Amino acid sequence: MRYLPKSPAERQEMLRAIGARGMEELFTSIPAAHRLDRPLRLPGPLSEMEIIDYFRARAAENSRGYTSFLGAGVYQHLRSVVTDAILQRGEFLTSYTPYQAEISQGTLQAIFEFQTLMCQLTGQEVANASMWDGSTALTEAVLMAERLTGRQRVLVARSLHPEYRQVLATYAHNLGLQVEEIGFSASGQLDAAALRAAVSPTTAAVVVQSPNFFGVVEEVALLAELTHAREALLVVAVTEGVSLGLLRPPAEADIVALEGQSFGLPPSYGGPFVGVIATREKFVRQMPGRLAGQTTDQHGRRGFVLTLATREQHIRREKATSNICTNQALCALAAAVHLCLLGKAGLQELAQQNLAKARFAAAELEKIPGVRRAFSGPTFNEFAIELPRAVKLVNAELRKDKIIGPLPLGGFYPELSKHGLVCVTETSPRADIERLAASLRRALALPQ
Amino acid sequence: MTEKIKKAGRHVSQNEGLIFEKSAAGKRGMELPPLDVPAVDARQALGAAHLREAWSGFPEVSEIEVIRHFTRLSTWNYAIDLGMYPLGSCTMKYNPRVNEFVARLEGIATEHPYQPQELSQGCLKILQVLQQCLLEITGMDAITLQPAAGAQGELTGLLLIRAYLESQGNPRKKVLIPDSAHGTNPATATIAGYQVENIRSDARGQMDVERLRSLVNGDVAALMVTNPSTIGVFEQRIAEAAEILHAAGALLYMDGANMNALAGVARPGDFGVDVMHLNLHKTFSTPHGGGGPGAGPVMVKKILEPFLPVPVLVEKADGSLALDTNRAHSIGRVRAFCGNFGVLVRALAYTLAYGPGIRQATEDAVLNANYIRARLTDLYELPYTLPSMHEVVFSDARQKKFGVSTIDIAKRLIDYGFHPYTTAFPLIVPGALMIEPTESESKEECDLFIEAMRAIAEEASSNPELVKTAPHATRVGRLDEVTAARKPILRWKPQASSEAAD
Repeated sequence: MRYLPKSPAERQEMLRAIGARGMEELFTSIPAAHRLDRPLRLPGPLSEMEIIDYFRARAAENSRGYTSFLGAGVYQHLRSVVTDAILQRGEFLTSYTPYQAEISQGTLQAIFEFQTLMCQLTGQEVANASMWDGSTALTEAVLMAERLTGRQRVLVARSLHPEYRQVLATYAHNLGLQVEEIGFSASGQLDAAALRAAVSPTTAAVVVQSPNFFGVVEEVALLAELTHAREALLVVAVTEGVSLGLLRPPAEADIVALEGQSFGLPPSYGGPFVGVIATREKFVRQMPGRLAGQTTDQHGRRGFVLTLATREQHIRREKATSNICTNQALCALAAAVHLCLLGKAGLQELAQQNLAKARFAAAELEKIPGVRRAFSGPTFNEFAIELPRAVKLVNAELRKDKIIGPLPLGGFYPELSKHGLVCVTETSPRADIERLAASLRRALALPQ
Repeated sequence: MTEKIKKAGRHVSQNEGLIFEKSAAGKRGMELPPLDVPAVDARQALGAAHLREAWSGFPEVSEIEVIRHFTRLSTWNYAIDLGMYPLGSCTMKYNPRVNEFVARLEGIATEHPYQPQELSQGCLKILQVLQQCLLEITGMDAITLQPAAGAQGELTGLLLIRAYLESQGNPRKKVLIPDSAHGTNPATATIAGYQVENIRSDARGQMDVERLRSLVNGDVAALMVTNPSTIGVFEQRIAEAAEILHAAGALLYMDGANMNALAGVARPGDFGVDVMHLNLHKTFSTPHGGGGPGAGPVMVKKILEPFLPVPVLVEKADGSLALDTNRAHSIGRVRAFCGNFGVLVRALAYTLAYGPGIRQATEDAVLNANYIRARLTDLYELPYTLPSMHEVVFSDARQKKFGVSTIDIAKRLIDYGFHPYTTAFPLIVPGALMIEPTESESKEECDLFIEAMRAIAEEASSNPELVKTAPHATRVGRLDEVTAARKPILRWKPQASSEAAD
């Protein structure tokens, strides 16, 4: 087997050194009744070429040849080949969590830079080394708010990503958290009047996403005011990081939970991505996840270590701030490299392009009889439209033109069965947007 | 440096500041195709109040600077690709390059989790085949691939147990955990809403089954046990423990972190385990990447299947695959979308490479650990002498006499060209040296490691200062962790002058 570096003779030699007669003897500590007496029934073994062929065949069974306008927490963006060249350096790819700082300075400094970039983007004072993804970062942000306030009531915007809400519900269920939802208004933004009425001295956190699941930018400063009036904490989720190239960072938030997939990570059918929690300095000791910090060695040279580990499970066990240990370090590295490549000007231009493309698409679609923008609030690169008939039926028609149409919102919001979510990024050429409009026009012209 | 060091030598290690310190206004490392639709005035489109004003310190660098910066940083890391990485309980095995290749294929990396399932059959097929493989390897009945890492797998497993017990009328209060367990086990139990009760190990380092018998009552939901345990020894009375738990209506959770010792040899489903997780970034070779991403699939017995997280992969009557979210008894979602799909792709590529031959990998892993044990027991204290499986745990008891501790020996190993073993864990071994070579090490590499360990044992008595001040061959020496924690500097900040100029 090509991954195993031993000859049969070497195995025998090693067995002799151990004093074992054969390989079976190494397993006699497993009671005989528990030992498997047959080979596993598994496909393979496959050579490298056969493995590639196998996955190419699977790839051919997916969406190749289709044009997609899906976003909803997973975004198609340009990626530089440079990012992947760095990620595939074995020194980054095949190293462990940097507990041994002297031989992990590369990873540690990269994490420190990632933390800095995340602070710069979110307007927060500290950011951690990564969480599993946006949905779990958001959930951990809420648990953190509970610890900080000692309160158990959580008000969550209904316009927060539905799957993020589901993950929060799973975690909250056994921890005694009461999660209540706050609806959205005609603008698509959180219903501020409902929030004002609901937020109370028992509220731990108010949770919103901006741009929200409908792509609408929230009034974060106003929501922070309403939240802080009751001494609750404002948690802001960001699923589309590119928006921060243009939008004012959620600096008024107490905790930001960010999904960094847009920074150089492919959609990859939903992961691996990179979540981040960013917050105020004074909250850092209640923050979950690893942190890299700057220090010096005995000669005064700058170096980096994992720090504030007394928050973490391997030290604190049942009293830890979270059970997370393995996070998404390599994905965080990808985000750091990608953001360094883009730089300030690149990220600004990228965000500008997303805004322009999405606005162009919205205008094109609105020209079609019966199609209207669902919400009046400001949007970035995603927007909801209302169609004269069920989105699923319309999408079946678009499929004939090799277009994956708007994401049907009815599955998440029963009252929005004729609503779909359209995402347009810099990766969609104008011709594709026009093709979408033409195809939708044709589909809606068909008799019902 | 002494004559004995064979493997390590100094190599060029260039200095490199932080990327922010290289930044200069007007540089960039990535250009975009020109905009092919009319430009939009953001101020008008979004409102001035919504626009970003400050960009304090955000980097502006060119492509070559980015390449050099991160390449230089990379040279400061140790990695499996450079040599043996014997971190006990971490299973640092070779990460096959073909896995990286297939995870990046167009049609794999490019797929969106919300695209129609009819256009995702290839992705779903990958999930199905991996599920079947992992069930066959573990001997369990049903599976979820959703958890993002081992810790989330543990949480999922405990939530499944909780949901099952709730369906029986009472979720119960406590989870029992041996004192040899990894810290995530108790941390996870707390998040699942359970109190933790620790069980002391017996004199042989095994789970104390008599003690377990006395502790199990109607309040106990489950026992969480790692098998082989963290001292690398199979829990010989595991089936008996399962019986005790089952008789009291409680369940047995197995932390599968050490599955690398069992694949192809024994199946947890066959010795009474009700629910377990795997760390695909350990046994199934997906790269650790400096701390993730991983994946923590959870396998269960039939009775727990109704409670699995949504979505559940199902095969429809026409043979096509679908994701079913309509499950009345599900614990819900533990993560958005379909888990760390790209990691799952790599794990399947690994499994396909071996097929049934995965047993050979297990055998070689156990062979390596026992070979190292056999050749170091004369110099290092072996506190528990039961047969080792995939890892061996020594203690620093003999070196302590010279003031040399496990961490010193570990740091000195760096000078010899090796990554240290795991230090000071498990907690039941004071001054532990936890060594897991994995199957990926040749006899030659094992021999070099053994020679290094033997040389250090000699140094510990003849020149303890040399060991205590190690490493000597790295770009930085031991770092001041105390100051790092007391006065945390967790981000770079621009100098006052450059901030003003921004």
